[in-house]
Amino acid sequence: MKIILKTFAAALLLGVAAMGVAKADPVKIGVAAEPYPPFTSPDASGKWVGWEIEFIDAVCAEEKLDCVITPVAWDGIIPALTTKKIDVIASSMSITDERKKTIDFSDKYYNTPTAIIGPKDQKFGSTPEDLKGKIIGVQVSTVHADYAKKHFADAAEIKEYQTQDEANQDLAAGRVDAVQADSIALDAFLKSDQGKQCCDLKGMVAPDLAILGPGVGAGVRKEDTELREKINAGIKAIRANGKYDEISKKYFDFDIYGADTQSN
Amino acid sequence: MVEIHRRVLPRAEIAGGFSASNSRATLIDAFVPAWAASAIALLSPVPPGWGGTLIVGLLHTIEIAVGATCLGLLIGIGGASGKLYGGPVVRDLLAVYTTVVRAVPELVLILLLYYAGTDLINQMLTAMGYQRMDISGLAAGIAVLGFCQGAYSTEVIRGAILAIPQGQIEAARAYGMSPGLLLRRITLPAMLPFAIPGLANLWLIATKDTALLAVVGFFELTLATRQAAGVTKAYLTFFVAAGAIYLLLTLVSNLIIGRIESWARRGMPSLKEAR
Amino acid sequence: MAGPVMTGEAAVEIAARASLWLKPHRIVLILIALGLVLAAAVFMRWDWLPKYYGMGLLGIWRALWILAVTCTLGFLLAVPLGLAQAAGSFWFAAPAKVFCTVIRGTPLLLQLWLLYYGLGSLFPQYPWIRESWMWPYLRQAWPYGVLGLTLSFAGYEGEVMRGAFAGVPKGQLEAARAFGMSRWRIFQRIWLPQAFYRALPTLTGETVLQLKSTPLVATISVIDIFAVSSKVRQDTYLTYEPLLLLALIYMAITGILVFTLGKIEARIPNKIG
Repeated sequence: MKIILKTFAAALLLGVAAMGVAKADPVKIGVAAEPYPPFTSPDASGKWVGWEIEFIDAVCAEEKLDCVITPVAWDGIIPALTTKKIDVIASSMSITDERKKTIDFSDKYYNTPTAIIGPKDQKFGSTPEDLKGKIIGVQVSTVHADYAKKHFADAAEIKEYQTQDEANQDLAAGRVDAVQADSIALDAFLKSDQGKQCCDLKGMVAPDLAILGPGVGAGVRKEDTELREKINAGIKAIRANGKYDEISKKYFDFDIYGADTQSN
Repeated sequence: MVEIHRRVLPRAEIAGGFSASNSRATLIDAFVPAWAASAIALLSPVPPGWGGTLIVGLLHTIEIAVGATCLGLLIGIGGASGKLYGGPVVRDLLAVYTTVVRAVPELVLILLLYYAGTDLINQMLTAMGYQRMDISGLAAGIAVLGFCQGAYSTEVIRGAILAIPQGQIEAARAYGMSPGLLLRRITLPAMLPFAIPGLANLWLIATKDTALLAVVGFFELTLATRQAAGVTKAYLTFFVAAGAIYLLLTLVSNLIIGRIESWARRGMPSLKEAR
Repeated sequence: MAGPVMTGEAAVEIAARASLWLKPHRIVLILIALGLVLAAAVFMRWDWLPKYYGMGLLGIWRALWILAVTCTLGFLLAVPLGLAQAAGSFWFAAPAKVFCTVIRGTPLLLQLWLLYYGLGSLFPQYPWIRESWMWPYLRQAWPYGVLGLTLSFAGYEGEVMRGAFAGVPKGQLEAARAFGMSRWRIFQRIWLPQAFYRALPTLTGETVLQLKSTPLVATISVIDIFAVSSKVRQDTYLTYEPLLLLALIYMAITGILVFTLGKIEARIPNKIG
């Protein structure tokens, strides 16, 4: 029986190894597996579409990188990067000092203000006094969650969701009184049939650079400096040759790059 | 009828949020209420509808469930022989394995193994001087669920082997059969009828546990459903549809299991008579 | 654990059992395990523990509370489900059978999402629901979690109860009828208790399975112990430590659960006739 045991153990290991081995070459671009329109969302045929997908494709084309979009859960996107399940995070991740302790970022590639939306039939603004006693929905482990916790937690209750979509859904269902997130993502929701019916914009939040950071960048592992430089060069190139504006025009009627900040 | 139609329409719009392929929708409209028409349009297998996405998700679900059950079966046969015939250390280690897996929620195990397991394998490989390998989501999913299934099938198969009349095994040994031949000719075929109900149950659990992989972002039926629902906002439609697909999978499985069971029990007294 | 005062005899017996159990190779294995735990404690990062300690305890309390409530309600629901399938006319048996099949044939995760994001999003469309006293509850997440887990437990246990009701020997029921008992009294005095004792041995296993299902409520924004560990992972970007601790916590809860339920089960006299 010993021999059988050993054979089984060997067969198991071999089987696992055989299943695991695949081509290692392409750069795996990690995006959150949950829809985040208009930046990253799957269409009905399972293809990933959106501004950020086109943007990163353009960067990859510019730098001749062989990129594949790899959806992973937002919840575990940083562990997925550090354990090499993906090589780049291109999922509207804001550059923050807290995250920089674990991973590195490319230069920012867009920066838009943070907004608060709420039900149409209630009138309120976006200051802590306005939000007193309300429940604010945010997506977990985002700068918005950190911001809400710092500025609104004394006055309001913060409810965290795994995905932005679920927070929006609960706003429409009346389970939260307000949602704080990136203004563009919220705008896309307000323009949807569901958003049009239920909710409207309440205002932008007061800036806090320490938390909200300089904008959105592509996350890479700390040791992958070469890849980071390539992405930076790609961003610069498509900013210069008009490709960036060309893609942006398809989605937005204003410049989402934001003010030029010191790149790091 | 017109009155009802008008009253239902706004809700269908909320649920559907769907505007393409209007011409077809009007044709269907004549026969079915608007909400059903929008559900049909949403679930249609060609791209404006999300049916195709769900089917791809279902295929992934089946792929993982089959892989995990097979892997679990392998672990189970190995584990059961280890528990029955292994040395004291092997037996204790297997006891720890089955106890831990059965005490910790699958969701926690999946997260732990999905992130830690692949990382650990790669760290070991690099430590031993090999190149790190790229573990695909499918392989990781099968390995993780298979590992969980293995603990349960170890117990099922152990019970089934114990149910074999000992005389059969002793007789085979007396004939001088090698352990491998004994396993292939006597133990496996003889324990099958006892193991099949338990294993069938495990297969059903496997098909449903694949849903947990949605939490780590693996694309299978539940994540496909969630994506479709998230984009179209038709939560109820898609969740009900996915539920129906899972149910169908279970019912079809039950039919096939019934066939297999009667095949495995051929030549044995029927259960009803025995009772 | 503070148990009753140990008598000398019991202590001797336990010592004898321990020496039987503690074979040399086990001592080595235990030492290795201890070494692993120690290595984890020393080499991994645990500095986040004090900050999340209170939240974690609250999470454990919530998980246990959900477990207790859903098991109790689920069992109460399982009794009529089992009875309907075992003895009801077609009009009772068929819906009960369909209910159990649907619950057992679909993933619990999907059921929870259907209830919370599907059903829950329908309510606010009706103004009278929004204005009623139910709304403050309906807008929270836990009622959906409790409902989903209760229905799930009822579905699985209903199948067990069906077998239990069907397993009560016909002779007992016939004897009761011969005594001139009314149908309700037969049910109350003979059938239900007999079925209950038959279903009892499965309850421990079902309860453990239910405990293992509770973390799913975290996906619909109920903050149980699993959600707390997710939060730690997201706040600190640690992958292994919170999950390992979580696994340990669940193992401890399962251990205590199996132990106490086993004790309770042993106390209930076996009255199967």
